[in-house]
Amino acid sequence: MDDLLREFLTETNESLDVVDVELVKFEQDPNNEKILGNIFRLVHTIKGTCGFLGLPRLEAIAHAAETLMGRFRDGVPVTEAAVTLVLQSIDRIKQIVTDLEATEQEPTGSDGDLIGQLERMSEAGKVPVAIPEPPKHAEGELVFQVLERQLRPGEVSLDDLERAFRETVPELPPVAEVKPAPAKKAAKAAVEKREPKEKDPEADPKAGSVSSQTIRVAVETLEHLMTMVSELVLTRNQLLEIVRRHEDSEFKVPLQRLSNVTAELQEGVMKTRMQPIGNAWQKLPRVVRDLSNELGKHIELEMVGQDTELDRQVLELIKDPLTHMVRNSADHGLETPEVRKAAGKPDKGTIKLSAYHEGGHIIIEISDDGRGLDLDRIRTKIVDNGLATEFELEKMTEAQIYKYVFAPGFSTAAKVTSVSGRGVGMDVVKTNIDAIGGTVDLRSVPGQGTTFTIKIPLTLAIVSTLIVESAGDRFAIPQLSVVELVRAQQNSEHRIERIRDTPVLRLRNKLLPLVHLSKLLGITTIGGEAKEPVSEEDGFIVVMQIGQQTFGVVVDAVFHTEEIVVKPMSTMLRHIGMFSGNTILGDGSVIMIIDPNGIAQAVGPTQAVSSIDEAEHDEDRAREDTQTISLLLFRAGDDHPKAVPLSLVTRLEEFSVDKVERSNGRDLVQYRGTLMPLVYFDEYAQRKTEGGLPMLVFSDAGRSMGLVVDEIIDIVEDRLEIEVGSERPGVLGSAVVKGKATEVVDIGHFLPQAFEDWFRRKEISAEALTRTLLFVDDAPFFRNMLGPVLKAAGYRVTVCASAGEALEMLENGRRFDVIVSDIEMPEMNGFEFAENVKRHPRLRSIPILALSSICTPASIERGRQSGFDDYIAKFDRPGLIAALKEVTTSTMEYGVAA
Amino acid sequence: MTDEVNGLNESIQYVTVVIGGQLFGLPISRVHDVFVPESITRVPLSRPEIAGVLNLRGRIVTSIDMRRRLHLPARSDGGTAMAVGIEHKGESYGLLIDNVGEVLDLPSSGREPNPVNLDPRWAAISGGVHRLNGQLMVILDVDRVLGGMSEAIAA
Repeated sequence: MDDLLREFLTETNESLDVVDVELVKFEQDPNNEKILGNIFRLVHTIKGTCGFLGLPRLEAIAHAAETLMGRFRDGVPVTEAAVTLVLQSIDRIKQIVTDLEATEQEPTGSDGDLIGQLERMSEAGKVPVAIPEPPKHAEGELVFQVLERQLRPGEVSLDDLERAFRETVPELPPVAEVKPAPAKKAAKAAVEKREPKEKDPEADPKAGSVSSQTIRVAVETLEHLMTMVSELVLTRNQLLEIVRRHEDSEFKVPLQRLSNVTAELQEGVMKTRMQPIGNAWQKLPRVVRDLSNELGKHIELEMVGQDTELDRQVLELIKDPLTHMVRNSADHGLETPEVRKAAGKPDKGTIKLSAYHEGGHIIIEISDDGRGLDLDRIRTKIVDNGLATEFELEKMTEAQIYKYVFAPGFSTAAKVTSVSGRGVGMDVVKTNIDAIGGTVDLRSVPGQGTTFTIKIPLTLAIVSTLIVESAGDRFAIPQLSVVELVRAQQNSEHRIERIRDTPVLRLRNKLLPLVHLSKLLGITTIGGEAKEPVSEEDGFIVVMQIGQQTFGVVVDAVFHTEEIVVKPMSTMLRHIGMFSGNTILGDGSVIMIIDPNGIAQAVGPTQAVSSIDEAEHDEDRAREDTQTISLLLFRAGDDHPKAVPLSLVTRLEEFSVDKVERSNGRDLVQYRGTLMPLVYFDEYAQRKTEGGLPMLVFSDAGRSMGLVVDEIIDIVEDRLEIEVGSERPGVLGSAVVKGKATEVVDIGHFLPQAFEDWFRRKEISAEALTRTLLFVDDAPFFRNMLGPVLKAAGYRVTVCASAGEALEMLENGRRFDVIVSDIEMPEMNGFEFAENVKRHPRLRSIPILALSSICTPASIERGRQSGFDDYIAKFDRPGLIAALKEVTTSTMEYGVAA
Repeated sequence: MTDEVNGLNESIQYVTVVIGGQLFGLPISRVHDVFVPESITRVPLSRPEIAGVLNLRGRIVTSIDMRRRLHLPARSDGGTAMAVGIEHKGESYGLLIDNVGEVLDLPSSGREPNPVNLDPRWAAISGGVHRLNGQLMVILDVDRVLGGMSEAIAA
């Protein structure tokens, strides 16, 4: 292709995209001369260049559109119809440009229809009053014509075109310039290139200024460069591998240098591939504008973070899903103005697009303030399509049910039956995003809107991985999903415990399910011989986090980390969800790359579904209850399942009955060098005479007690919401856990049975549950960690993510018995928050505790001045409980637990 | 005797290979190279016919165990396998075979259809049979060998 022409095509395509966006802006802000000027200039440039290159069709349309816009500039009012017409002209230009790109020739055909309308509209513009009617009429017809014409190019005869020009020429002097167009066109068939027309002076300066800062590089050149760099990275890795084997190599230093340079080069090349996400959004304002006309809705498109950059390849892949989702939001998410008004919302609906970086990922959110997803409708559809049974649905959270809009097969039915249903082609969106290693989640609040969150990797080409071995084979695990490595041995602090036969790892107060990589991958042989998987104690545990799911993967050995160039797998292997690709390692062997999402799904499919945030439909309630906590389920005394918050349990043990000793009227076992008293859940039940005694061990301040139960059932994540209180000692009440009525055990009842003074140090009681606590912390980690702890300590906890939110809640009349607040928070910090609370006459009396990771005398003093009743270090859990007890006992009267 | 018809008919060159004692022929146009496969990385959860993936001069090649593909028992003599490198839909595959023989120039007219009583699993990937001196050569239809595997996945 001619260089000049190629240059023109690229430039024109870009200009057209800008014009599209600017026109939509202009329509909303018709008095903005700057926007108009910009559009005018761009169209003018296109026109000028077309003339220069001898492209009469393009030139004619551009000219007619320019003329119309000239009228706007002269002060003629801007109408929707006029803008629509200009947009249609832009579409036509685009279409011709596309053909031009394919054939290197301007396609034959006539644009008499469009030009005629543009002319008429320009002419009408001279008499402003005359505008509204005729163009409207024209517009309706035009859409049809355009569609017709696309099907049969060149249908409009030349005569029509001629007539169109003849009609207008005498009346409008500026249009006279266009008159040569048909002639040119005729000439074009014979002569390929016309003599260059004088290039427009207005177009020149712009071209000059831009070219000095950037140069255009063909995408293939960059792609090639990228491939070469990838190969270079591989070769470097091979060299490093060789040097690693030779201790005193003279290559070491230069190789280190080579390694650094390679890394920099790699980064540089990656940068050239980065593009602002705004490029993928460019077409959206136009899409939304057209949709809002079509659907009769007022829609505003807000875009935040257009400059966020991501890999070109990724950008290309998400373009279509994004457009689709915005379309979906406009079509199904937003209501008509009447409905909105009736619901007390502004009649203009908003679709908000935002993008930002987070770790090695880019997060894109598409939210609307529409009606939200229709839960019942989705339920019905799920059942109708046989995706789940009514019974299964009963047990699901709303978030889990919403997730079904991404299910394949869901959309097809939606298309047929949908009036308002959402989900047309959402499975395709999900598939596309999955394909690039991304995830998509959604949140929906009835009446308030829906938010889709897409998380995608910045680049696909190079991944940093951890090389591990399992059953004699090596695998690469992407480091992004690896949280830490743990070696769990008998004597180490991280111990492996077993619930039935399921191994779990207790890691800093969290119980993680463990899975063997070899079992997940079904590899049980080495060189044809069967091999027992390595025991958890001998292996390494790779702690992985995917979404909100955390689990440990047991591997035989862990090697080094390596930057690898992901190569796509053969089509024959692509069905294996456990792998995302393969690559060649430094030593030349091929290695499979583990797909963390695949592992997560295999570990717990239901958990993966529930990983998205729950909709906060009933604000206050939701804040209190949507947080799930880990509960230990067990049986004791009778057949009803019982639960206790796992965070209270220190260990699970099982002692054989003959280990139990009796002394001073109570049962004891020797445990870690001390005697641990045993308390039986059911004092009057028949004691076992043989076998093992499963027990929950509670430790606090160096003392432990064992609560003997019949059987440990499971550990589950669920909300702890006590629905029915209990009169029975030892039971706080009943809650629904995993769909079953479960008794929530009051550990506070049993602890004093082991040590009578237990309660003087710690407060856990049924009555305490009536006390309400507001917990303010911006870090989700602490909200998740301390929320359940406080709840377990007997408070009804409401958490807030910001001081502003908390203050608003307080001012709205929510009552709390005590407030616990973080200090380091954005916007309003803890000191300011406390000052605000103490200034408020009604709130002044609420005790307020500071919780901070910074505990210097100065900050403690500052806290006191701000009005905090106490100042506690963030990790001092017993201190917090003690302080809480202190402030609440001084303000309230209550009895010590029975 | 095959030479007589050479002048009249087009002939096709076949790379002959031995799998489980049986002689097979692959059209030479489809064979990229013949190599000794080294350090094959097995792929867990893949179809049993897939022996694994290997690095062939910087390309990742999926290797197919032809014995398993043909439902033959695994090799017991412990000899080193050979591999025939082929391309299929833009991807590289290596067919693991026992031995590579000579290249034969055979006239198309000499090709006979599969015997009706041929194991249907073999018939599905065979493009016909050539009678040679003393033995039969089964023509391996490369596309069907590999295509059949992808289909099975889709099903």
